[in-house]
Amino acid sequence: MGNPGIPLDLGWVHSARVNKSATERRAAEIGTRRSIKKLHQLAWLLRSLRCIDLTTLAGDDTPSNVKRLCAKARNPVHIDTLRLLGIENENITVGAVCVYPNRVKDAVAALEGSNIPVASVATGFPAGQTPLETRLSEIRLAVAAGAREIDIVIPRTAALLSDWQGLYDEVKAMKEACGSAHLKTILATGELPTYQMVYQCSAVCLMAGADFIKTSTGKEPVNATLPVALVMCRAIRDYYDRTGSTPSSASYLLPPPSSLFVFVHLLLPPSICPCSTFL
Amino acid sequence: MALRNSSLLETLVYGPAPESDSTARAWIDQHERRFGLFINNQWVHPEGREYTDTCSPADNTSLAAICEGTAEDADVAVQAARTAFTSWSKTSGHERAKFLYAIARQMQKHQRLLAVVESMDNGKPIRESRDADTPLCVRHFYYHAGWAQLMDSELPQYRPVGVISQVIPWNFPLLMLAWKIAPAIAMGNTVVLKPAPSTRLSALLFAEIVLAAGLPPGVVNILPGGNDLGFALVNHPDVDKVAFTGSTGVGRLLRQSTAGSGKKLSLELGGKSPFVVFDSCDIDSAIEGVVDAIWYNQGQVCCAGSRCLVQENIYDRFMHKLRRRMNNLRIGGPLDKCVDIGAINSKRQLDTIAGYVEEARASGAEVIQSTAPLPEGDGFWFPPTVIANVQPTSKCVVEEIFGPVLTVLTFRHPKEAIALSNNTAYGLASSVWTQDISLALDVAFQIRAGVVWVNCHNMFDAAAGFGGYKESGYGRESGKEGLKEYLEFKWKGVVRRSFTDEQKAAPWGADTPPAIELPSAGSARGQSVDKTYKMYIGGKQSRPDGQYSRTIRSPSGAMVGEVGEGNRKDIRNAVEAAHKAAPGWGKRAAYNRSQILFYIAENLDARFEEFAKRIASMTGESIESARNEVTLSIQRLFYWAAFSDKHGGSVQETPLYGATVAIHEPVGVVGIACPDRFPLLGFVSLFAPAVVRANTTVIIPSEKYPLSAVDLYQVFDTSDLPAGVVNIVTGTRDVLTKTLMSHMHVDAMWYFGSDIGSYHVQHASACNLKRTFVSYGVERDWASNEQGQGHEFLYEATQVKNIWIPAGV
Repeated sequence: MGNPGIPLDLGWVHSARVNKSATERRAAEIGTRRSIKKLHQLAWLLRSLRCIDLTTLAGDDTPSNVKRLCAKARNPVHIDTLRLLGIENENITVGAVCVYPNRVKDAVAALEGSNIPVASVATGFPAGQTPLETRLSEIRLAVAAGAREIDIVIPRTAALLSDWQGLYDEVKAMKEACGSAHLKTILATGELPTYQMVYQCSAVCLMAGADFIKTSTGKEPVNATLPVALVMCRAIRDYYDRTGSTPSSASYLLPPPSSLFVFVHLLLPPSICPCSTFL
Repeated sequence: MALRNSSLLETLVYGPAPESDSTARAWIDQHERRFGLFINNQWVHPEGREYTDTCSPADNTSLAAICEGTAEDADVAVQAARTAFTSWSKTSGHERAKFLYAIARQMQKHQRLLAVVESMDNGKPIRESRDADTPLCVRHFYYHAGWAQLMDSELPQYRPVGVISQVIPWNFPLLMLAWKIAPAIAMGNTVVLKPAPSTRLSALLFAEIVLAAGLPPGVVNILPGGNDLGFALVNHPDVDKVAFTGSTGVGRLLRQSTAGSGKKLSLELGGKSPFVVFDSCDIDSAIEGVVDAIWYNQGQVCCAGSRCLVQENIYDRFMHKLRRRMNNLRIGGPLDKCVDIGAINSKRQLDTIAGYVEEARASGAEVIQSTAPLPEGDGFWFPPTVIANVQPTSKCVVEEIFGPVLTVLTFRHPKEAIALSNNTAYGLASSVWTQDISLALDVAFQIRAGVVWVNCHNMFDAAAGFGGYKESGYGRESGKEGLKEYLEFKWKGVVRRSFTDEQKAAPWGADTPPAIELPSAGSARGQSVDKTYKMYIGGKQSRPDGQYSRTIRSPSGAMVGEVGEGNRKDIRNAVEAAHKAAPGWGKRAAYNRSQILFYIAENLDARFEEFAKRIASMTGESIESARNEVTLSIQRLFYWAAFSDKHGGSVQETPLYGATVAIHEPVGVVGIACPDRFPLLGFVSLFAPAVVRANTTVIIPSEKYPLSAVDLYQVFDTSDLPAGVVNIVTGTRDVLTKTLMSHMHVDAMWYFGSDIGSYHVQHASACNLKRTFVSYGVERDWASNEQGQGHEFLYEATQVKNIWIPAGV
C-alpha cells in the first residue's frame, strides 16, 4: 500500500476552481442531511476514534508523559464500556501516536506489540522554514528511530508564490526520504488564503506521492474546518479519478467527528477509499 | 449489546433516524381526523358537504378527512373577507405589523409541528420542511410585518386592493401560503385561500396559528376544495384580485376567466429553468448545485433547474461526477432525517413523471437513474434521473416534468449557452456556474428569467422578488416588488365589469373592409401641396400594405387629413421591426435614452405652434387648450427622460453574503392602443415610459385623431431615435389590437379603448401570457400628473429580475 504519485500535471493545478460560498454551503448542509443515532452513532464514533492520531507535540515532553499517552492509545475506551458494548475483543485503539522525532524511540518502546504505528512530525515542524537538507535528514532519522508515519508540513512559501514545481519537488524528495513509512502532508490550511489554494496544494501533494493529506499542524490560528476538509476530500476524489489508485486518505485535526465522517462517507465511499485505509 | 458481531463497525451504514410524528398525529386526532372550512375564525362544517381523505404519499394511507368547500361556501367566505376588509384596511400599519409579528412568532414556536405535518402530507423530506420551508415562512411574516409597519410612510400613494382569492399548489403548501397571505394582509387586504387538493393539512394548521395570533375574524379564510371551488373563488364578483401559483395551463384559464373584470391578477406559473455550467466553474460545487436544483423537493419545484446546459469540453467529467453523486442520494420516508429524497406527492404526478421518462427512453434518449434503492410499500417513489442524448426539441427538454428528472444538453460557447437558455416558452429562473464574474454577469443579464442565481440554485428570501418572464407568468412575490401585487393607487376607484356571454361572443375587431370615403372635391389639398401621412415602421415612413386610406375629420365634419388604414401585415411588419430593435435599444445606456427623449421634447417644442394647431383642428378644442396639451406633452417627455436613469433597480437585503440585485428590465415589445382623448398627450404619456425603460413599441394612435401621432415621426427622425423603437400603425384600433394580441412576439399590451375591448385584450393575452395594462373603458385624465404619469407606468414598463451573486474567495 502506498501512493506512488504521478508526474506533476500543472494543467490540473491551474484549472482548479473552488467557489467559496457554494463550498461553505455544502459543508454546512452535510450535517443536516444525515442523522446518526444509537448503535450507529456508537459505531461511527468508534471508527473516528480509530482514525485519531493521539498526539503530544510539546517542548516539555518527556518519556513519562509519552508513555502515558501510549497507554491511552492502546486503551482509549474504558474496558467496562467496551464490555457493555460487547466489543471488548475488537481491539479498539487509536490510529497512531504522534510525537516529535526525539520522542519516537520512547513511543515505539511503549507501543511494542500493539501494532499501533508511531507517527513523527518532521521537516522543521510546524513552520517548515528550515533548509530542505535538514528537513530530509529529520525524516530519515525519525524513520530510522522506528516511525512508520511521517507528518510533514508543506512549505507554504512555495504555495503562496504558486511555485507548484518547487512544492512538488520537495514533497517528492520527502516521500523518497520516508522509504516505506507513510507520508502524511500537512497543508497548514489556516495559512492558505483560499479554498482554491487548499485544493491546489492537495493536488500537488497527492501527485508527489502523499499517502495522507492533513489540514493542519494544530499550531496555526485556524485549524481544521469542514469546508477545508470538503475541498481536500474532493481533491482526493479527483486524484482517484485521474489515477485509479486508492491509497490516499484525508485526515484532519479536530473537526466535529460525526459531521466529518458523514461527508467522508458521502464523498469517498468504499469503492474509492475503502474504510480500512482510513486507519 | 448489539455491537458484538455486528458489521456496523465495518460498514458504517446509516440507521433509521425517524422524526417522531406523534405530536402531529395528536393534533390530527384533536380534530377527530376530520377538518372543516376555516371561515371568520371558525371551523365550519356546512351540511351536506363531501369529505375527502388527505393521504400521506409515503404509504398512501389516510391522514384525515377534509371538507370539500363549494361555491356556496366561497360566497360565505368572500362575504366574511369583505366584512373584515372594512375594518382591516383601516387598521393602522403598526397594528397590522403586530398581528403579522404574532403569526411569525407563533409559527416559530410551533415550527417542528408545522414541518412534520408538511412532510407527512406532502412527502418532502423533513430536512427540507424543517430547514427550508418553515424557516422561510417565518421569515416571510417577519419581513412583511416590517412592510405593514412602513406602508404609510414608504408607500403613501397606495391603498389595499380589497378581497383577494388565492389558489396555491401542492409542492410547497405552507411556503406558498406564506408567500400569498403575508404580503396581502400586511398591505391591508383580506384573503380567501384555497390550498391544493392533495396538501391541505398545513394550511389548516396555519388556521390555528391565525387564531392563536388573534387575527380579527375574516381576515384570513381557508377553504379546502377542488377545481370547482377554485373557479368559484376566482370568478366571484366581490373579489378584487386573484393570485395563483400553479401550472401555465391553469394560469391561462384564469387569465381568460378574469378577463375584462377589473380584477388584478398575478400568476406564478411553470418553468423549465436552465442550469448553465461553464468550464470555468467549480465543478464539484456545480454538481452539488444540481442536487439543489433538481433533487430538492423531488424536483417538484417550479423553478427547478431541469435543463442542464454543460459546456461540451467538460461534459464527460461532469457526467461522471453527476452519476456518482446521484447514486449517493438516499431515497426514503419523508420523516427519516437521513433521507435526501422523499415521496412524489401523488400517484397522478408519479405517473406523469414516469410517462415522460418512458417517452424519452422510447425516443432513444439515454436515461440514467440512481442505483440507490427505493423504499418498499405503497408510497410514491421515483429515482433521481438524468436524461442525456436529447435535443432542444425533445419533449422532455421542452415540457415541464415536475419531478426529479434532469435533462442534459451541451453547448460550445457562451453565446450558444444563452441562446439555448432562452429557447423556451418559460422564463422563471436560471443559474449560471462559473468563477468568471464577467461571464456570469453577461449571461445573467441576457437570460430572460425572473431569477438568476450565480453559483447557486433555489435560494429564496422574503427580501428578493420571485416570479417569471414570458409564459412563467407575471407579478412578483417577495421583496418590495411583490407588494405591488397587493396594492392599488389611491386615485383609482374600484372597477368591476361583467359581460354576458352574448356580449363576449359578439364580433370584436373584425377585419371588415374600411368604409371608402373619398374626399369631396378639392378638400384634400386646399391651397397647399397635398399632404400624405404614412405609417412609421422600422424607422421608415411606409404606405399601408392594404393601400387604403381613412379620412380624418374634425367634430364639425371638416376634413383634416387622411391616414393609412393599417392591416395585419402592417402590424406584423411593425412587430418584426420592434422585435429586431429590442436588443440594441436595451443595451443603450440609460443616459443615451434620456438624451433622445429630451431631444424629442426639444424638437417638439420647436414645432410647438404647429402641433397645437393640429390638435385644435382635429378635435375642435380651443387653441389655448391645444397649446396646453403640447406644453404638458413636453413636460411629460421631460418627466420620462428624467426617469430613464433613475429606476434601474436596487440591492435586496437577503441573508446572502454578496449582492442580490433587483434589476428593472424592459418587458420587451409593447403594443400600445392610444386613447382618443388627448391625441398628443395620450400618445406621449404611453410611448415615453415604454421607450425610456428600453421597450420597443408598436403604437396604434387615437383612431379618431391620429394626425398628432403621425406628425411626431418627423420629430423622431430628427431626434436620433433608432429605427424600430417606435412603430406607428394607424387604422381601426380594435382591428389592429386584435392582430397584436395574437402575435407571439408581443410581450405586453397597453390598451386604452372600450371595456369590452379590454375584455378581449385580456382574454387573448392568454396565448403567450402577455402582460396587459388596460383601461376597462374608464377615461383617464391624461392632463393630471397623478393619472397621466408615475409609478404605475414604471411598473407596467418593466419587469424585475433578481440576480443572486454570492461573494467570497
